[in-house]
Amino acid sequence: MDILFKSEFWFAVIRSTTPVLFATLAANLASKSGIINIAIEGTMLIAALVGVVTSAFTNSLLLGLFFGLLSGVLVTLALSYFSLKLKSNILITGIAINLAASGGTVLALYTITGDKSVSTVLKSAVFPTVNIPILRSIPFVGNILSGHNLLTYVALISVGVIYLLLYKTPLGTRIRAVGESEAAAESVGININKTKTIAIVLSGMFSALGGMFLSMGYLSMFTAGMTSGRGFVALATDAMSGSNPIGGLFSSLIYGFSDSLANYLQNTSIPLQFIQTFPYIFIVVAFTVFSYIKKLKNKAEDSI
Amino acid sequence: MLRSAWKKLDYYSLIRVTVAVLCSFALASCIIFIFSDTPVAAISKLFFGPLTSQRNFFIVIQTMIPLIFTALAINVIFKSGLFSMAADGAFYTGAVIAAFIGIKIQLPNIIHQFVIILVAALVGGIITSIPAIIREKTGANEFVTSMMLNSVFFFMGIYVVNTYLLDKAAGYASVRFNETASLGNLVKGTQIHYGFLIMIAVLIVVYILIEKTKTGYEIKLVGSNKNFAIYSGINVGRTIIVSQLIGGIVAGIGGSVEMIGMYKRFTWNTPVTYVWDGILINLLSSSKPIFIPLAALFISYIRVGADIMSRATHVDNGIVAIIQAVIIFLVSAERFMYRLKKKKEEKQALLTQQSIEGVAN
Repeated sequence: MDILFKSEFWFAVIRSTTPVLFATLAANLASKSGIINIAIEGTMLIAALVGVVTSAFTNSLLLGLFFGLLSGVLVTLALSYFSLKLKSNILITGIAINLAASGGTVLALYTITGDKSVSTVLKSAVFPTVNIPILRSIPFVGNILSGHNLLTYVALISVGVIYLLLYKTPLGTRIRAVGESEAAAESVGININKTKTIAIVLSGMFSALGGMFLSMGYLSMFTAGMTSGRGFVALATDAMSGSNPIGGLFSSLIYGFSDSLANYLQNTSIPLQFIQTFPYIFIVVAFTVFSYIKKLKNKAEDSI
Repeated sequence: MLRSAWKKLDYYSLIRVTVAVLCSFALASCIIFIFSDTPVAAISKLFFGPLTSQRNFFIVIQTMIPLIFTALAINVIFKSGLFSMAADGAFYTGAVIAAFIGIKIQLPNIIHQFVIILVAALVGGIITSIPAIIREKTGANEFVTSMMLNSVFFFMGIYVVNTYLLDKAAGYASVRFNETASLGNLVKGTQIHYGFLIMIAVLIVVYILIEKTKTGYEIKLVGSNKNFAIYSGINVGRTIIVSQLIGGIVAGIGGSVEMIGMYKRFTWNTPVTYVWDGILINLLSSSKPIFIPLAALFISYIRVGADIMSRATHVDNGIVAIIQAVIIFLVSAERFMYRLKKKKEEKQALLTQQSIEGVAN
């Protein structure tokens, strides 16, 4: 248990929390408007590839970021068009997006680089790491909190921004109203489809950031299927947090913690595959417990 | 029974599915034209490759078997209104169990296969029940728990294979299964195995179970109108778990049959992702078990075509995923070709009105 006192361990926790935190924020935004966004996984994967490819061809990190975000927006616009305008089941549509993303990214990667699994041929841009001036000189805490990738700080700041957006702005109130009760929201003149579209497009942008962190920060290349289920983990962490971004930060940290713990335990005598199941078992157990507490709470409220 | 199903089929949904498929083909062709240097060759390989030789067509049939098992499992699992992906975990674990019993246990022919399939079916049923039981007890969303548990079962399966079954001499592959565990070939000179007959038997059982029994009726009622089911005194929680159990049994049988039918060793080192195909096939067959083989044949045909294409040209078989996604998009969209339906309904309404007026006069 001495690893818990190592600053490198806690640094790794924050690092592996970042992509899931972005995805959780994306899930927060969508589920506050009443949508379960299964497509986060696929959106992340697409943006991860688009970011790498466009930054390599334009030699510009900013253009890579722009096109990565754009891809996230376009994917979620397709999702919202089909589910809101054409009335298809959004879960099924989300699965279609994930399917297209997993096959389409490999198809595109192979066509562009001639390699089916990694994009090492492309000289893609990477988001810089940031050392925070005063913080870095604090002994233990500085080593944990300073020197992360730029996007990690963006993610942490986004927690506050999305909290303010959801709870302190008229748009946030509208999003929550639509999520609580569509009929009630409609009766006070809120445009439901428009509000939902805004929420889900924002959700797509944060998914895209999560994807780009993976391929342009966590690693410096795209690998096939690199999201490896983080978009689905986010649905659990979102549900645990009650779709509140601040709760989302903590539930993402649960995943980051178990993921880093698994990495650290790989050198011990515990079989590797058992360690690999850790994050998922952690999430299932935590998710189940939180759901149960929520169920009891709802029951208590009903009986009053 | 096929004929009565045909009669009940409304032409509207048939036209919709056809148009959706054609749209996806058109898009796939466009993508190939952009990406490939030899687009015409690639497209003809994709769409006609499976028909070019008898061998290729047999591959279509053998690829179809696991697809039908998963689609049937998904069909029953979704019927009760639960959006669970646990069929993949059941399928994969079924295959691991088949490998384990096939290697470690000595039994006479026929009994060996029977034991394998039986154990795989039971474990499959247990696996798919877990998300449903968690949902029932705590209200935790079954999609999330089933996805997470699929990963858990995958790593546990890898652990079992690595620790007990691996052949140290041969890359990632287990020791050979005992001869008695193999299903054996149904058609000589091909890989079409007796699993084909098991698949047909399972298909018939599921059809009867869903369409002709009380349990099937209860499952459908719970899925389509939960409140009505509660008021008519059906034990909703139990019915949902029963449907998951049946789905898991089908998926578990599917995994074991695929393993001992198609393979001599266990070589799967990536998680299986049959559920997405299962969902698409289920969608194409409008959730009717009887149409599942037809839809599965189509998906299998496209998949084999894409494999042939990717071997002959420089287009990756990932194109299949895009074709499948477009079909899902269009078929699941209620408003896709809505005008056609509206027109038909208007016409029918008019006819009814005329006949009523005719009687009145």
